[in-house]
Amino acid sequence: MQKWSRVEGLKNGGARTTQGRVYQMVSDVKQDQAIKPSPVDGLLDFCARIGRTLMAFLQVTGRLGLFIGESISHVFRPPFFPKLVARQFMDIGYYSLPVVGMTALFTGMVLALQSYTGFSRFNAESAIAGVVVLSVTRELSPVLAGLMVAGRVGAAIAAEIGTMRVTEQIDALVTLSVNPFKYLIAPRVIAGTLMLPLLVLIGDIIGVYGGYIVSIHKLGFNPNSYLTQTWDILENMDVISGLVKAAAFGFIVSLMGCYHGFNSQRGAQGVGAATTNAVVSSSILILIFNYVLTQVFFS
Amino acid sequence: MNDVTPKLELKNVKKAFGPKKVLQGVDLKISPGKSLVIIGGSGTGKSVALKCILGLLHPDEGSILIDGRESVGLPPRERDQVMHKFGMLFQGAALFDSLRVWENVAFGLIQGRGVDRRTAYDTALEKLHSVGLDESAAYLFPAELSGGMQKRVGLARAIAANPEIIFFDEPTTGLDPIMADVINNLIVKSVKQLGATTLSITHDLASARKIADEVAMIYQGKIIWQGPVSSLDRSGNDYVDQFIHGRAEGPITDDIKARV
Ligand SMILES: Nc1ncnc2c1ncn2[C@@H]1O[C@H](COP(=O)(O)OP(=O)(O)OP(=O)(O)O)[C@@H](O)[C@H]1O
Ligand SMILES: [Mg+2]
Repeated sequence: MQKWSRVEGLKNGGARTTQGRVYQMVSDVKQDQAIKPSPVDGLLDFCARIGRTLMAFLQVTGRLGLFIGESISHVFRPPFFPKLVARQFMDIGYYSLPVVGMTALFTGMVLALQSYTGFSRFNAESAIAGVVVLSVTRELSPVLAGLMVAGRVGAAIAAEIGTMRVTEQIDALVTLSVNPFKYLIAPRVIAGTLMLPLLVLIGDIIGVYGGYIVSIHKLGFNPNSYLTQTWDILENMDVISGLVKAAAFGFIVSLMGCYHGFNSQRGAQGVGAATTNAVVSSSILILIFNYVLTQVFFS
Repeated sequence: MNDVTPKLELKNVKKAFGPKKVLQGVDLKISPGKSLVIIGGSGTGKSVALKCILGLLHPDEGSILIDGRESVGLPPRERDQVMHKFGMLFQGAALFDSLRVWENVAFGLIQGRGVDRRTAYDTALEKLHSVGLDESAAYLFPAELSGGMQKRVGLARAIAANPEIIFFDEPTTGLDPIMADVINNLIVKSVKQLGATTLSITHDLASARKIADEVAMIYQGKIIWQGPVSSLDRSGNDYVDQFIHGRAEGPITDDIKARV
């Protein structure tokens, strides 16, 4: 019996020693019974599992919170590294332009095509311009640009910082008296937060243009009236809300990339996992915050 | 010997990762200007001990004194001042791969201490010369260097700011015997020039004999023997004997068997 609980303790490691002791007590009581799990055992195990999951969750949330706090504080405290920020502007902003542009163009085009199939049944073709411009500026441009940038930039940031972590380059930074939050993370967070709105603004224009092309050249609309309809329905708030969303998404993407890279486990596998986690978590957070922000802006 | 404040002193330093107790009470003393080498098997916590001293890991218990002053739990600004005394050569060199060789060497000067680029460049070249690299290497990127050259650049970076205490984590592993000896000589030479105190880690005994004044052996999270390098061969400690002769039979392997 004693042997069994020791093995259990070993398997569970230190984090579960309390539970190991509980096991021992429980198993001492049932010394003469056979070693088949009783309902008490099952219940204890269940509670322990819930407790552990909860603790792990709180731990991760706490660590993430501290990380965010530290990152933001270094964004505003000197010394700054303008050269590094400029480089991130290029990496995150400029080099994402083709991807975001293509996404926006085809989204705008398909949107016009699909709304035509629907709206022509009710003779409501004149609504197409409005549908295109509102969907693009409010939702599609920010969300799709955010997701594309999460895949492109979030992954790259996580891989780069993760590699620096596992090859001890981050440790080397610290021993050379340079704060990695200042040198690595702040420039990326600044660039991500400022560049995504710019990308989305360009995406807005290209997306609307995509809808325009299809409507004019394929569906035979009048160019002038299409543009007038677009302008008439568009309000400042539609564009602004999209840009605010974009800033939030840019912050999320760069921060999650940095966080997962910074806490990468050792080895190539660790970096791979960090990259995946960065993309998945930022994509999900983008969708969640998109809902939250939409709620804030339009209700 | 006892009346000098040790340059670096560890008292009962403990560190665990979850259930895994890596350091279980390390005690260590290095006098100013001396060179101590820690030997010990793979995974015994040598690098972890170094990282605790450097403040990269936070020890669970114990104290680390530098020039007689506690360095565990210092606020960031004072931590920075302590850092300025340190130079470190990492196990894998840890060069910044987005920067050129000379920028790597000058990094601590430019970013950490605000030296202007021109002066830092001259210093970097001088340090590169002292580790046997010339101007043609200065503009390469770390990925374009061989392992031995990377170690040398790492060494140049470690000594760039004329630190008072230099740490070497396995300076010779992965190098051919000749290159290993070149690095050993470089370490001895640079240290003599700077008058620095050094703490090195290695399992290369030839290297240990060459660069050490004193040797300490770490085993199961503790220092089990420390003494002058001259008495390494008659330490009277079976664990040390097994380690320095590289025998497959002995107390260390017995312990492993007993655990399994
Ligand atoms: N960040 C960490 N998280 C979890 N475990 C770690 C961490 N760093 C080190 N360890 C564990 O601590 C032990 C000691 O590691 P360390 O790197 O100090 O070994 P070492 O003595 O330097 O070995 P080597 O000579 O092979 O470099 C290893 O078992 C390792 O798995
Ligand atoms: Mg090591």
